[in-house]
Amino acid sequence: MMLRRLVLAASLAAGLAANVAIPVSAQAETMKFAYQGAVNQLDPYSLNESFSLSMLANVYEGLVRRNAQLELEPALAERWEILSPTHWRFYLRKGVKFHNGNEFNADDVVFSAARVRSKGSDLGKRIDESARIEVVDPYTVDFLLDAPNPILHAEWETWFIMDKEWTEANNAVAVTSASDTTVNFAGLNANGTGPFRITSHESGVRTVFEPYAGWWDVALHNLTRVEFTPIASDATRVAALLSGELDLVYPVPVQDIKRVNETAGTRALIGPELRTVYLGMDQRRSELLFSSVKGKNPFQDVRVRKALYQAIDIEAIRAKVMRGMSTPTALLISPYLFGRASEIERFAYDPAAAKALLTEAGYPDGFELVMDCPNDRYVNDEAICQAVAQMLTKVGVKTTVNAMPKAKYFARILPSGGFETSFFLLGWTPGSLDSWNVLENLTSCRDDAGKGGAFNIGGYCNPASDALVKEIMAENDPVRRDELIFRAFALQHQDVAHIPLHQQGLAWGVSDRMVVAQRADDTLLFRYITKN
Amino acid sequence: MIGFAFRRLLQAGAVMFVVALISFSLFRHVGDPVNQMVGVETSTEQREALREQLGLNDPMPLQFVRFLGNAARFDFGTSYQFRQPVADLFAKRIPATLELAFTSALLALAVGVPMGVYAGLRRETVLARLFLSLSLVGISLPTFFLGMLLIYIFAVSLQWLPSFGRGDVVDLGGWWTTGFLTVSGLKALVLPAITLALYQMTLIMRLVRAEILEVVRADFIRFARARGLPDRLVYFRHALKNTLVPVVTITGLQLGSIIAFATITETVFQWPGMGLLFLQAVQNVDIPIMAAYLMLTGLLFVTINFIVDILYFLIDPRLRASA
Amino acid sequence: MNMPAARAWLTRLLDSDLCYDFCRSPVAIAAAVLVLLFVLGALLAPLIAPQNPFDLAEISILDSRLPPVWMEGGDPRFVLGTDDQGRDILSAILYGLRISLGVGITAVLAAACIGISLGLVAGYLGDRIDAILMRIADVQLTFPAILIALLIDGAANGLFGRLDREVFAFWILVSALALSFWVQYARTVRGATMVERNKDYVLSARIMGLPARLILMRHILPNVLGPVLVIATINLAVAIVTEATLSFLGVGMPPTQPSLGTLIASGNDFLYGGEWWIALFPGAALAILVLAVNLLGDFLRDALNPKLR
Repeated sequence: MMLRRLVLAASLAAGLAANVAIPVSAQAETMKFAYQGAVNQLDPYSLNESFSLSMLANVYEGLVRRNAQLELEPALAERWEILSPTHWRFYLRKGVKFHNGNEFNADDVVFSAARVRSKGSDLGKRIDESARIEVVDPYTVDFLLDAPNPILHAEWETWFIMDKEWTEANNAVAVTSASDTTVNFAGLNANGTGPFRITSHESGVRTVFEPYAGWWDVALHNLTRVEFTPIASDATRVAALLSGELDLVYPVPVQDIKRVNETAGTRALIGPELRTVYLGMDQRRSELLFSSVKGKNPFQDVRVRKALYQAIDIEAIRAKVMRGMSTPTALLISPYLFGRASEIERFAYDPAAAKALLTEAGYPDGFELVMDCPNDRYVNDEAICQAVAQMLTKVGVKTTVNAMPKAKYFARILPSGGFETSFFLLGWTPGSLDSWNVLENLTSCRDDAGKGGAFNIGGYCNPASDALVKEIMAENDPVRRDELIFRAFALQHQDVAHIPLHQQGLAWGVSDRMVVAQRADDTLLFRYITKN
Repeated sequence: MIGFAFRRLLQAGAVMFVVALISFSLFRHVGDPVNQMVGVETSTEQREALREQLGLNDPMPLQFVRFLGNAARFDFGTSYQFRQPVADLFAKRIPATLELAFTSALLALAVGVPMGVYAGLRRETVLARLFLSLSLVGISLPTFFLGMLLIYIFAVSLQWLPSFGRGDVVDLGGWWTTGFLTVSGLKALVLPAITLALYQMTLIMRLVRAEILEVVRADFIRFARARGLPDRLVYFRHALKNTLVPVVTITGLQLGSIIAFATITETVFQWPGMGLLFLQAVQNVDIPIMAAYLMLTGLLFVTINFIVDILYFLIDPRLRASA
Repeated sequence: MNMPAARAWLTRLLDSDLCYDFCRSPVAIAAAVLVLLFVLGALLAPLIAPQNPFDLAEISILDSRLPPVWMEGGDPRFVLGTDDQGRDILSAILYGLRISLGVGITAVLAAACIGISLGLVAGYLGDRIDAILMRIADVQLTFPAILIALLIDGAANGLFGRLDREVFAFWILVSALALSFWVQYARTVRGATMVERNKDYVLSARIMGLPARLILMRHILPNVLGPVLVIATINLAVAIVTEATLSFLGVGMPPTQPSLGTLIASGNDFLYGGEWWIALFPGAALAILVLAVNLLGDFLRDALNPKLR
């Protein structure tokens, strides 16, 4: 009797649950998707990490935004004027409401500008430290700068505007910093002005988005619900797409693209990505940390750098490792971001010339070298390193690959790890989509602590190049600016400051029912998605 | 008895101390927590300030004492990746792991025991040999490979079962979520549970078979048969009963390792349990989560060991004499 | 072990029914032949493999992902095809066997040495030393091999600052496996020793004034070697599988020096893409090897357990 009652209760509960589940699954416009990483917290200023920010870009908005072609367009600011090189005026959009119903106005902009530059924020560099923000009227804001900055707003798509009243009322004015023992309200909840709101968020498990009915712009999508699940394993992620459980997964490993295309009902969306993958050489130390050459640093000799460059068969890497999914490059920036990039050509693949250069430089028998490499950061990163090691070994530079997960890798090669590497692979996408970001971060001189070009891990240093970088910052004329940029890149090309490899390809797997705009910076915007 | 239990309890405490020391000192040295917490553009000064704030520059013993004091209150700090208290994260993940582990353990017992009994009693038959060969295959296949194969066959090719996750879950009273009450939850459980259970299943099957072989030869069984009792009665009344004690003990001891091995299964199937949380933490050098996970598994094992020790003490009078 | 005792034990073993049983069991003979073939293949790899897959100068990315020779696009130089770096799969399997067997055998030997010594000491002396050793065993049991590998990996990181996987991975795996296996030996030997030490022959040896070391070596050890041999054989199989799993989790052998496990793990990435040979051939080799070792272990256990006769 007891048992029967239990069974009855259980089946009732199961029936109830099933009933609850039906209306949800019956909706055709639910999109379920997976990415390899997770959205860890919702505070838009906590972490400068591109995936989290790209998810939040569906919920929060900046004064400006970028469309599917990455062009800047007005968002919370209807338009703006540059009154003088150091004085910008933004006219805010009227009638915009946050998800909680609060009105958006100039106070929110001033509040957000202060909060993004406050202690604990990881996005402090979005607005110059010395910039002052003045309210002209509730829908007009002035930005006053110390020095001209023609690309002031270039990275503002991800400087999200928060609601002053909501943040203050929930005691979340201080940005949740890493050392805080409790996360604040803004880290677990979101209140933006964007097309979607977050209705449930479980870190690392599932995040649910639903459209915001009061959005100011016309909704182009037809989604009624979006479910995001992080799936770290490549194979599991692809399997979930192939089995029809998910509508979209990214990234798709290059070796699975064929399978995704051949399976009925799914296809791969591929396109060029803006990230440039390159090899760096330690040119700063007087002796390499991980090499058989003692007492001197072979990389301080441009002939050695060029020998390594010419020993690499970039076409073989493109065809075999990347399966055609890469665009070889001579520069550290994508041709989509710098129009004149194609004017500089790669040094030709020529193992004989490489050997000759090594002999000329005093290494007729080559030398031994350790190459550091991440194995979970870029497309086929470890395979690229192994292929490069093969090619270098063939000209006499016996290269050992030391591959490790990104957490360990960056801990070692970044400033905080003391730039502990002799030869490394790195990828870089300029957040501002502008060359200056690349030149400043990756190529300007630095000291041992990383002051200067903080991500110039190899420590390349040419004062002539640095002078150009300074000029570029202040130059407002676009043609003249491009000429300066071109000269800087050409100089570094002659110096063989780095060995640029390629821009990797983007690969998303989607169900045939989806129409998706794939942005070249790997950002997924729900507002451009329709499901049939 | 009380003295014995008290001594064992003290020893268990010492064990936990060592586990704490290991988990603390090990993970203090893996990677750099600060790098995990900030973005790439954060300056060196800001990083140094953060180290100071987190107490990462304090002397090691001080850091350890702080760690111990907090652990005793189930406070394992804040996860570097999620910026949420580690205890909360575990509380959310534990139901998923326990449901998977118990389902697997039950599956392993339900299939392993009958197979073992049969293989032991009818050891010369073709079926018994087949069971034995199958069990060898089960032991010889790496878990992750099995999981991949199952996904390939049942999720990708046949599209019968989901390849990842827990399906829809029902929230019970806010502190437990269960996948047992929904169709999608039960379907999602099938492949991971089989993957996780297979190894234990073969282990149990072989153990039961060995025990049966031993018991069948024991004098009391011979006497029972000599008395003319029917085989069936002898086997099930006497033989099986006597094999069950070690089987249950081993299964109990294995429960801990099932939970540990769940990390692999959870990774392959993206099962949102604490094993997956741990592995993600290892990849992201999330020290508080790793430390908490090691402490929790340590506690689990020590507790199980303690119970088994006490049980043995009660069962085996010979040990009592030497204790 | 001192020589006469060892010789006596060996003679007893060979004269015993073990040999007789072995010759009468086709399964055991087949398993032994297979294991022998694998061991020979591993030992002779540098002589018989078409290519040295660890030598970067010998492999070329241009040969990558070629199918086996009997398929369209196959190359006669690579009978079983090539992997994503252009390594010959057959050579990679032979060299991978060296690592898989090397890791397994070294780890099992190390674990047996540690476990037997500690087990003997704990079982014979009992009391406090026993308690301490068994509690250490408890601590160890807390961490399965995977966690231990992570632990040792981290400790090595802390000690050496920079970890060269190519050099250290082998020893990390060996220590991880040895550290997770020794407890089984220790517990078995301890249990057997506790039983043996109260037997009359040991008591009389003790009364005769023989030193403890001698009693342990000469009288107790030979009696526990049977179960130890069985554990060791089964452990070898477990070691090889565990190594593969650790490689899957990224704490095993690096892809530049692949063991069988690493080969399968990296080959798994190419399974959906249709390049099945990268994972399947090493997988088959692993499964057959482990199966053969397990069969031997089974045979030994049945043969050495007189009660089952």
